[in-house]
Amino acid sequence: MIQDDGCESHIMLAADLSSSGQPLQLFGICDALSHVDLRSGERDSCHHPLFGALQQVLAAQGKGAGSTKNKEILGFYEHFSVYFFTEGIRAHWKDWVKPGAAPVLCRHLQLDQLSSETLVIQGRGHKVFPAPWDHGGLQEEARMDCWETGKVCQLPVDWDVSRLPRPLKNNEERSRDDIGQFFQYPGMNPIKPHRFMCIQVEQQVLKQVQGGSDVDNEEGSAAENEENVGGIDKGGKRATPRTRRGHARGRARHGGEEDEDDEDGTRRAGHRRHRNRRGRGRAAGNEGSDSDGDPAKARKNQANQKSKEDDEDEEDEKGGKSGKGKNEKKQDKKPDKKGKKEKANKKKKDKKKSGSGSDSDSEEEQITEEELAKLKEEVEEKKKLIATLRNKPWKMKKKLSVLKEAQLFVEKFEGALGKGKGKKFYAYKVMMTKKWMKFQRDFENFKTACIPWEMKIKEIESHFGSSVASYFIFLRWMYGINMILFGLTFGLVMVPEALMGKPYGSLPRKTVPRAEEASAMNFATLWDFSGFAQYSVLFYGYYNNQRTIGWLKFRMPLSYFLVGVGTIGYSFMIVIRTMARNANEEGGGDDTSFNFSWKMFTSWDYLIGNPETADNKFASITTSFKEAIVEEQESRKEENIHLTRFLRVLANFLALCTLAGSGYLIFFVVRRSQKFALEGLENYGWWERNEVNMVMSLLGMFCPTLFDVISSLENYHPRIALRWQLGRIFALFLGNLYTFIIALMDEINLKLEEEKVVKYNMSIWEASLYNGTIPENSTAPPIQVDPADVPRGPCWETMVGQEFVRLTVSDTMTTYITILIGDFLRAVFVRFFNYCWCWDLEYGFPSYSEFDISGNVLGLIFNQGMIWMGSFYAPCLPAINVFRLHTSMYLQCWAVMCCNVPQERVFKASRSNNFYMAMLLFILFLSTLPAVYTIVSIPPSFDCGPFSGKTRMFEVISETLEHDFPSWFGKVFGYASNPGLILPFILLMVLSIYYLNATSKSYKEANLELKKKLQTSRRK
Amino acid sequence: AYKRFRELLPKEERENACSARVPKSRILTLPELRANPFQHRICRVFSTSDNGDDSMSFEDFLDMLSVFSDSATSDIKSHYAFRIFDFDDDGTLDRKDLEKLVNCLTGQGKESQLSNEEMEQLIRNILEESDIDKDGTINLSEFQHVVSRSPDFTSSFKIIL
Repeated sequence: MIQDDGCESHIMLAADLSSSGQPLQLFGICDALSHVDLRSGERDSCHHPLFGALQQVLAAQGKGAGSTKNKEILGFYEHFSVYFFTEGIRAHWKDWVKPGAAPVLCRHLQLDQLSSETLVIQGRGHKVFPAPWDHGGLQEEARMDCWETGKVCQLPVDWDVSRLPRPLKNNEERSRDDIGQFFQYPGMNPIKPHRFMCIQVEQQVLKQVQGGSDVDNEEGSAAENEENVGGIDKGGKRATPRTRRGHARGRARHGGEEDEDDEDGTRRAGHRRHRNRRGRGRAAGNEGSDSDGDPAKARKNQANQKSKEDDEDEEDEKGGKSGKGKNEKKQDKKPDKKGKKEKANKKKKDKKKSGSGSDSDSEEEQITEEELAKLKEEVEEKKKLIATLRNKPWKMKKKLSVLKEAQLFVEKFEGALGKGKGKKFYAYKVMMTKKWMKFQRDFENFKTACIPWEMKIKEIESHFGSSVASYFIFLRWMYGINMILFGLTFGLVMVPEALMGKPYGSLPRKTVPRAEEASAMNFATLWDFSGFAQYSVLFYGYYNNQRTIGWLKFRMPLSYFLVGVGTIGYSFMIVIRTMARNANEEGGGDDTSFNFSWKMFTSWDYLIGNPETADNKFASITTSFKEAIVEEQESRKEENIHLTRFLRVLANFLALCTLAGSGYLIFFVVRRSQKFALEGLENYGWWERNEVNMVMSLLGMFCPTLFDVISSLENYHPRIALRWQLGRIFALFLGNLYTFIIALMDEINLKLEEEKVVKYNMSIWEASLYNGTIPENSTAPPIQVDPADVPRGPCWETMVGQEFVRLTVSDTMTTYITILIGDFLRAVFVRFFNYCWCWDLEYGFPSYSEFDISGNVLGLIFNQGMIWMGSFYAPCLPAINVFRLHTSMYLQCWAVMCCNVPQERVFKASRSNNFYMAMLLFILFLSTLPAVYTIVSIPPSFDCGPFSGKTRMFEVISETLEHDFPSWFGKVFGYASNPGLILPFILLMVLSIYYLNATSKSYKEANLELKKKLQTSRRK
Repeated sequence: AYKRFRELLPKEERENACSARVPKSRILTLPELRANPFQHRICRVFSTSDNGDDSMSFEDFLDMLSVFSDSATSDIKSHYAFRIFDFDDDGTLDRKDLEKLVNCLTGQGKESQLSNEEMEQLIRNILEESDIDKDGTINLSEFQHVVSRSPDFTSSFKIIL
């Protein structure tokens, strides 16, 4: 039934409203705010934001103060959802609403089937969330019943169909974005206000159809229409759901009698399921005798389908109610399924598309093309349903039953789609796809099972919340990267050299010099990587400058160079990619307009499973609430601003002093160590030898604590304080690293000087050697000098590599020792001395230590920076790092679980991820700078390493180009690398970066603008 | 999951674990739920039991895990979160629900509870922010709208066995 006047009045209403220009904004806003598909909307009628908006508009317009209109709107919500369309797009609504795939009309109704005349909708059985639409004082139960699954109602469609949005394409579901096209944000919307129309869909006939009962033909429904009109008229203007339902029942009975259906009586009497089945049979029978056109048949078909679904639903319900278990239920279902299958078989045999178990049905039907297409469509829809089923907030039972239903349907009709030979092939294909899917699932499971330390991390997560776990995930990620770097260096540099290069002792650079031979096997080798370790594949100096080695003609120097460059390139790529992905995930995370609500709704971390952590979490949530309230109350009330300022300036001054002091200390120490080195290390003890590393590690250990003390002066908000703290530690590490590098550079220069001297000496030495024996023959080395005795240059590259390795090792040691002493011993002390101490140790002064996420992350990042810097000169560095990460994973996991308490300061996991990454990227950049500088601008040592004999390291490339590629390639490369080409290219890149940057900025601005608009419109 | 579910059952029922129902008290002994302030709500929401004892069948259990799993969409998560927060099951979050929610979040301790004015202020702020249609309650769509913007809702709204 269409409430003609109602509809028109609504249209008029909309037109009226829109003429003022206000509603568009309102509608748009509502839509944008509630993020809903207005049409399908999971709306609860009156609580739909739109409703409020309409009311407001009505009030504003003063059109009868909304008394009558309000009612209409209310009614309107009662019956259906709302449609807003743009004018000018015309289509038949059939195109717009697709059968089956069912835009859900509102949350309680599902579009069931559709012909040119009627629209049938079906309840979806939402029991748990009864719509609060009963302002008429309905009882909850009645309401719920009203839209129980399987209740069907029917609508004629002679209402205004001319104003509808564009038709749907094949298998397309109308999505949110689609609606968004019609209602974009007000600022962006090109649609003018007066274009909006509102069409009301009125519920027409509510016909209760049990199970398999079908939709009657038009006369029946028309008759019922009239009845319904009468009923509603009688019931009053506002037909409440209950009255409607009552009518529906009456009508159903009435309709049944009208249809002079004999089976109806028996159906009622018999068992329900039984009845349903027979009902289905009857439906099929009806269909057989039905003289309607194709659409009607299709409709019937679907009705059958639905009825089966209901069937199963009911079964499930029954199973649940009687306390029967799944197994039993399954057993229950089995015969049923079998029956269905039999039916299906029969169908296939008969080439009939509709399910039918009744014996009376024997009519042959041809499958026309049209039907085939329709079937196909349906199958597709079911498939889609299967795919999207996971995303529906249904009970598992319902999901299961729907899934089974849909699968059965697909199975059944997919077979029918193919014909003759094609059928078999089709079935085979289907089977294979199924197998493939299963395999994929298994593989997926396997993959998740293969992720290392997953269980450990989960355990930690459940004890300490997601923020601590994020550190371990970060650690794991680092481990993965280092594994790959290790694979690169190990597989392409170290192994080939070890296997195919000249063996140890064959060349001076591969031999321990005579002077060191005595101490080469000392235990200290393990500690400071001198002696045999220095003259092995672990370091740069060992590699020979032979162009190719072994039977594979492996180009060692080239490989060495490319691996060095590739390591850096890969790291850049992976870090940037991860950052981009994180940024995508975060989306518009920095929206502060829901500060309180977020605190309320999302602050609980459901992963927490430890009561202690839970207590901490309670406390932190409480404080955050209190803080937020206080902030809100006196947002701009600062007291004693001068003192705070003074303190902050003082704190920053102190921090700067600390930084400068630590920098100078390192510089001093490195200088001193050079002096020691010049005088010969043998004269000094252990401390002098490892002074640099130790000082750096100690600084890294104590300065953060100092900063912590300083920051307590400042009296910042914890989050800001944390940021400052991180920044200071970062600066400290960075400063230390760079002073270290600068000192190293000095040393390199010294060594270069030394090298010159050595070179000179060597020529004299060689000359004396040759002069003494056979002066003429200089092609082959005539005298067998032991390579250990040959004088050699200082080889600064190996020195640099060694320094980095030592630094890494000592850093690792310090970390471990800190964990052992700082955490473990402290925990033990607190635990056992608590019984005999004057005050409570556990809650008093020492207490247990917290897990310091930021410090640990920073440590990890800087460690990684050292790896990147040093790995060119010490190919073993990634290997060492992998080892370090591996052990620290276990050690830290253990330490965290056994001797740390969950921290009180909350460091949000998801936000900080990209923060870590950004720091990592920064460090990566900074650490590649010196490496690249040394590669490009310092000549390599003359007698060690793969690049010896060249003036610069990158000459390997040109050499390879010359020798291994055809000459034209070299030419092309020459052209490509001349500045005339490169400069425009760089210019182009810069321009494109600029352009992209500008666009992103403008997008951001637009976003902000929209947000502002939303807020202002909300305040209205 | 099946194993875990079976462990919750008493010995004699283990054989037909699929059909048995686990009483609420057993469900709450799960370490993942033990510390959760919403444990009772979670049981209530996911239970399909008729007599209101919040016991769970295997399917309910699965249902719960699937909602709390990584692969559930944020729509589903927010839907169920809403239902968990909706203490009186009336389909909206009104002041009482919010009050209860705050009390759940701040724990049982006397000193950790918010005072009345603070509570009042907090709830007013929350309603100001999220109650878009100004009817004094937060309904599902408003809730989903708010929560979908939150950066760490999906990452924290999960339980992993």
